[in-house]
Amino acid sequence: MSLAAEVGRKGADVRSDCWFRITPTTSGGIQLQLNSKVKTMYGSAIETLIRHGLKFFQIDHAMVEFEDSGALPFTIMARLETAVRRLGLDQGRQWLPEFKAFCQYPTSRERFRRSRLYLPGNEPKFMINAGIHKPDGIILDLEDSVAPTEKDAAQTLVRNALLQIDFYGAERMVRINQLPRGLDDLGFVVPYNVHVILIPKCESAEHVKMVEQRVHSILNDRGLEQQVYYMPIIESALGAIRAFEIATASPDIVALTIGLEDYTADIGTQRTLEGRESFWARSQVVNAARAAGIQPIDTVFSDVTDMEGLRQSVLEAKSLGFDGKGCIHPRQIQVIHEAFAPTPEEIERATKIVLAFESAQKSGLGVVALGSKMIDPPVVKRAQRTIRLAIETGKLAENWRQGGEQHG
Amino acid sequence: MVKNMVKNAAGRLVPTIVNDKPAIPYQGVGKYRPGGTKAAPPIVSCADYPADGNKVVPDLKTALIIAGIKDGMTISTHHHFRNGDLVANQIFDAAAEIGVRDLVWFPSASFPCHAPIIKHLESGVVHHIEGSMNGPLGDYCSAGKMRGLGVLRSHGGRYQAIQDGEVHIDIAVIAAPTADPFGNANGLTGPSACGLLGFALADAQYADKVIVVTDNLVEFPCVPWQIHGNYVDHVVVLEKIGEPEKIVSGTTEITRSPDRLLIAELAAKFVKEAGILKNGFSFQAGAGGTTLAFVIFLKEMMKEMGVKARFVRGGSNQYLVQMLEEGLTDYILDGQTFDLEGVRSLRENPRHVATSPFTSYNYHGKGNFSSMVDVVVLGATEVDVNFNANVVTHSDGRLLHGIGGWQNCLFSKCTILPIPSFRDRIPVIVDEVTTLCGPGELIDVVVTERGIAINPLRQDLIAATKKSSLPIRPIEEIKEEVEAICGGKPEKPKLGDKVVAVVKWVDGTVLDSIYQVLE
Repeated sequence: MSLAAEVGRKGADVRSDCWFRITPTTSGGIQLQLNSKVKTMYGSAIETLIRHGLKFFQIDHAMVEFEDSGALPFTIMARLETAVRRLGLDQGRQWLPEFKAFCQYPTSRERFRRSRLYLPGNEPKFMINAGIHKPDGIILDLEDSVAPTEKDAAQTLVRNALLQIDFYGAERMVRINQLPRGLDDLGFVVPYNVHVILIPKCESAEHVKMVEQRVHSILNDRGLEQQVYYMPIIESALGAIRAFEIATASPDIVALTIGLEDYTADIGTQRTLEGRESFWARSQVVNAARAAGIQPIDTVFSDVTDMEGLRQSVLEAKSLGFDGKGCIHPRQIQVIHEAFAPTPEEIERATKIVLAFESAQKSGLGVVALGSKMIDPPVVKRAQRTIRLAIETGKLAENWRQGGEQHG
Repeated sequence: MVKNMVKNAAGRLVPTIVNDKPAIPYQGVGKYRPGGTKAAPPIVSCADYPADGNKVVPDLKTALIIAGIKDGMTISTHHHFRNGDLVANQIFDAAAEIGVRDLVWFPSASFPCHAPIIKHLESGVVHHIEGSMNGPLGDYCSAGKMRGLGVLRSHGGRYQAIQDGEVHIDIAVIAAPTADPFGNANGLTGPSACGLLGFALADAQYADKVIVVTDNLVEFPCVPWQIHGNYVDHVVVLEKIGEPEKIVSGTTEITRSPDRLLIAELAAKFVKEAGILKNGFSFQAGAGGTTLAFVIFLKEMMKEMGVKARFVRGGSNQYLVQMLEEGLTDYILDGQTFDLEGVRSLRENPRHVATSPFTSYNYHGKGNFSSMVDVVVLGATEVDVNFNANVVTHSDGRLLHGIGGWQNCLFSKCTILPIPSFRDRIPVIVDEVTTLCGPGELIDVVVTERGIAINPLRQDLIAATKKSSLPIRPIEEIKEEVEAICGGKPEKPKLGDKVVAVVKWVDGTVLDSIYQVLE
């Protein structure tokens, strides 16, 4: 048993987080030093919560120092639990906050994944309002954005975020650590309605299968039947070579994405704005994903101040065949959505194809023709997606079949 | 506890005696009608002033002595330098050396740089402060340590109080970036150029004695004369009167927070969707990162729609100046200069017009500009479900901000508060505001990151935006969502019975009391 354990952050520049130091003692009960920015409003609620947590972990005697810069209850609970775990006093127990009803919505294989917003897994302040910016997906990251010494703290915080934060309909994603370490992360996220697991530095079908097996095992142990999808990230030369093998490694893979920071380092070059060095790998990912019938998703655009650069980057990604783009700042989301929105020409063509398809179905015809050209099923599917995207982005009226207008 | 507390028309308990003078409880918006005649300064004679026009005296202490400083007098100063003011502290240091006591400091606002005044409050040189208190002085007052009651007024309310004779200024000290020996002064040039000197206008006109302090004495005539030397008794030259770079404080920079940017964008979209954004319209955006961002979004929309404003009210800053120079507005009607681009523009551009609280805000005038503005966006520390708003105290009850022109701006045709629904864990949308600064009937729209609430009194705005895609929701619903996030209803601050300050309404009546914070 350690003498004392610390967790969290404190200081003038810290927001929405808290810091604990717990020093177990042999007598004297709980000596709580509570210093909170919101003491006036929530002081007694905070004290009750902390005492309840210590009781949960059966800690009867300890010196507890607590500094709070406006942490929400899910953060306070995560920090306290991590401190207790660092002391080795958790006895394998997890102190779970309530699983809020608004955290329990499902996802679907076909949903749009145009934007996925990365949030550092150990930074509660970024999590709280992420959903209001309406990304298609929110990624709680346990990998690169978390310091090696804070991986345990991030696991607990991400778990509590999945239980408590309203992401307002965004797909709930978690990027686990590189395998095999990432397998340990799964117990903290799989039971709590994670929709998509991002598998970093994925280099083989085996990587996906390892994750899949552990996920199934967790779900079976708990008697859960929820659907968990996977998005492998290609971040190495080997991964790029094996992109199709990876994309088809599990029926639950919904998308394949690429991470260019690591990929360019792996092939011995540097990332440029033009991206010639990654053209092959990006095309490889697009082709592998399309061949596997899943969504190809592009890497992040890392200059958060350059919105025009981002727009151009999205247009280029779209032209290469990508369906989505990673982002690291909420202000990038709308730019990405707008740039991925179909053009008037694309909408016009898609409406013609869909109408032709529906007409063929009504007539019981086995083939779809537009004018003198035959239309293949994948083209119809793509057109249907374009229509959905046009409607969602306000470019096409929902009642377009009845003469609803196409908007600018 | 202060005696003679009564419940005013807003349902708040307020004192009827404030610093030994009778005070009128708030009676409702537009209900109170003043009587009598305006105040006036004493008649003086040219015979008593130097015929050569040279009113320069050796130092501030001498000026105060010649001006007849004595116990209990009211001394006024101005906040044109905001947190870069170097004069106010020197006045009270000099007063302490002279040995006077129980002065009333009547600043147009105070800032953290004025924290040294605390020692003069403690030693007895200063009895109390009548003026908005930012930072440490607000904290000091909230702790119940000030002997008299703080009196918080809007910029227009301050002009009204002087003009109505509610506050009699014995000595006004005006820090002026450029002045001549006669006392003509402006803020446009010199090493400490800060732009406008409008907040000092009432003081110059109504104070018994007026001292101009400058660090840039020029030969007569100093033109343009924002302050007329004919009102001035003495001129003092100091090495440095202010740090103009500090007028650019944290509240005059655009927010980088994605949440605040979203709020600003929603506010701008609301203005567009409600049909307010059209040729010839006018707007005002207060200081603060979110409202500045609102200006940027609005500007882009104006460009896209080909809309031009007739005038914008400031707080001028580089963004308003850009709009003026790009032809997006005919005029800036400026009440306060927030950055050095504003100073430059005011100096160079005849369409950048200096105004004062008399023209823009004075409620006891024959009309004022504020009610002519189509839309105003303002900050707030709290808003309640009845759209009442607080701008001076935090949710813990502590007095930490000034009112500025906030109350006056509420008379715009559409008042929008773009605010976060909570800050860290502190709910901003609450059941009842800690301190009432603005009656809910004057606040039309609250824009948060979690939705837009329109005051039910504004059925016209509700109808105008009904078909929009904006996230319009009842304010109660937003409040409940915020409380759920924050972990329940916040506890009320632990306040004592002792009233430490009052908030005056624009007409001089007492709108609310601020109580001592116990913890």
